[in-house]
Amino acid sequence: MPEPVIVAQNLVKKYKDFAAVDGISFEVAPGESFGLLGPNGAGKSTTMRMVGAVSTRTGGDLRILGMDPDRYGPEIRSRLGVVPQTDNLDTELRVRENLLVYGRYFGLPRAQVARRADELLAFAQLEDKAKARVDALSGGMKRRLTIARALINEPSILLLDEPTTGLDPQARHILWDRLFRLKEQGTTLLLTTHYMDEAEQLCDRLVVVDKGVIMAEGAPAQLIRTYSSREVLEVRFGSDLNADVAAQLAGMGDRLEVLPDRILIYSENGESELVRIIDAGLKPITSLVRRSSLEDVFLRLTGRTLIE
Amino acid sequence: MSTPTPPPGSVGDQAIRATRHARRWGSWYVAEHRFRVMRSYAQTVVVTAIGNPVIYLYAMGVGLATLVDANLGPDAVAGVSYLAFVAPALLCSAAITVASEEFTYPIMLGFKWNPVFYGMNAAPIQPGQIINGIVISVALRMSVTCGIYYAFMLVFGAVPSPAGFLAVFAALLTGLGFGALLMAYTATLTEDTGQLAMVMRFIILPMTLFSGTFFPLSVLPVWLQWIGWISPLWHGTELARVLTYGASEPIWLSVTHVLYLAILLTLGWTWARRVAARRLNK
Repeated sequence: MPEPVIVAQNLVKKYKDFAAVDGISFEVAPGESFGLLGPNGAGKSTTMRMVGAVSTRTGGDLRILGMDPDRYGPEIRSRLGVVPQTDNLDTELRVRENLLVYGRYFGLPRAQVARRADELLAFAQLEDKAKARVDALSGGMKRRLTIARALINEPSILLLDEPTTGLDPQARHILWDRLFRLKEQGTTLLLTTHYMDEAEQLCDRLVVVDKGVIMAEGAPAQLIRTYSSREVLEVRFGSDLNADVAAQLAGMGDRLEVLPDRILIYSENGESELVRIIDAGLKPITSLVRRSSLEDVFLRLTGRTLIE
Repeated sequence: MSTPTPPPGSVGDQAIRATRHARRWGSWYVAEHRFRVMRSYAQTVVVTAIGNPVIYLYAMGVGLATLVDANLGPDAVAGVSYLAFVAPALLCSAAITVASEEFTYPIMLGFKWNPVFYGMNAAPIQPGQIINGIVISVALRMSVTCGIYYAFMLVFGAVPSPAGFLAVFAALLTGLGFGALLMAYTATLTEDTGQLAMVMRFIILPMTLFSGTFFPLSVLPVWLQWIGWISPLWHGTELARVLTYGASEPIWLSVTHVLYLAILLTLGWTWARRVAARRLNK
């Protein structure tokens, strides 16, 4: 196996007495696409900042490309591309200028940065916006520009902190397509998300994080196999009735989850569970059979939903 | 685990070599960024750099001076014309004005409103280099402004001494000494709830009025003169007066002016670097 590009061992970040990250360990191989999945406040962004060599760890060990961020911060950052959770594009500069200025921070020669900026504008599908003001761009375009900016130094690892949060579905798909291309070109991706579909689309492997600790680790499909059934039947009986009905459903499927608005029945065959429910004389207002997702894995592991 | 040096030829080793430029020149790259931003308001910079000396030198040095000199004679104040007396003070005030613009809102902007400093720091730029870059860029803008101001002082005939051009450096030291402290203070603000407006109103304006700018400090009652003694503008102005018309003061006092301003600059600069490092390392 090739040398991992990121090695985190028992990584800890404390703010006074509060441990935002409380002993996380993981390794990322070159070219791998690795995800940190978890709800808001799980410690994902804090982990990203430590990996990004801008936040000093409180404990544990961390090696990025074989270097310790405490000692080689600028060197590590010279090989990273960072897409932060909130865009910090320079609104006082035009679109292309944002790339030119950013390239200089890496000490790259002007001519090289200019060439690279044009390539990246094409990659981000922003060629006709080169002279536009940043504020005039849509949310999706801003994200694409931020990703283009993060690629100006041809990074070995791209860090993406919730890359598509707040984007509409179409903009998300365009972005996923661009990220998928990078992955195909062999760029290592480390991304955080609280969207399970995003994690399933983009991650070869991921860790489920909650309250600063890792709950599970594996490939998306493998996690779903381990922690959930093949299918899920979702039934709604109305907010007042769900809890009462749940008692009558006991024993159905592999497992039941009673949420405030619906009941989830985990089973290898959702349709046959639905038939059993109706045969038992119960009348759900709505019913839906779907494949298990990482959302279900998370629910199983933490007893909570990802987006609360 | 120890912190080994990456072996030759490894990605780490390549990164170390590739980052030498950024380690050495990072402060300049930040200054480059500031210049690019300043270009978007270059017109304002140039118009104020030319307009201010014309307006102030005319109003104070010609208008008010006519009144003063008519009543007190051509060597009206401290043995020179009022124009010669007030011009070095106006020059230093111009530097303070630049400082109060460039060391406040761009700092709030970079940390808070449009957090570009975090973006720089995600690249190889270090927090201290961000602060250095800002000081460099402001120093250059201030040099342009003060240079133009001085040129107009010559045009108005406000500089009796041939060594007068050295007053530009006194003005720079004034603006940067005061500005560095202002920058450090601004960097500590996580929210602008009017603090900067208060600074303008209750520090910069009184400082401009009571630093021996328009009248000698000795005119003030003794119990108000301390404002001058702690004011960087007073120290800068007195120094500039020695240079433009040979104002008489003991040499130790001139040395004190330089030291005082240099100490403010060092303190403010160091403090700002610390605040930036703390703020960016979350």
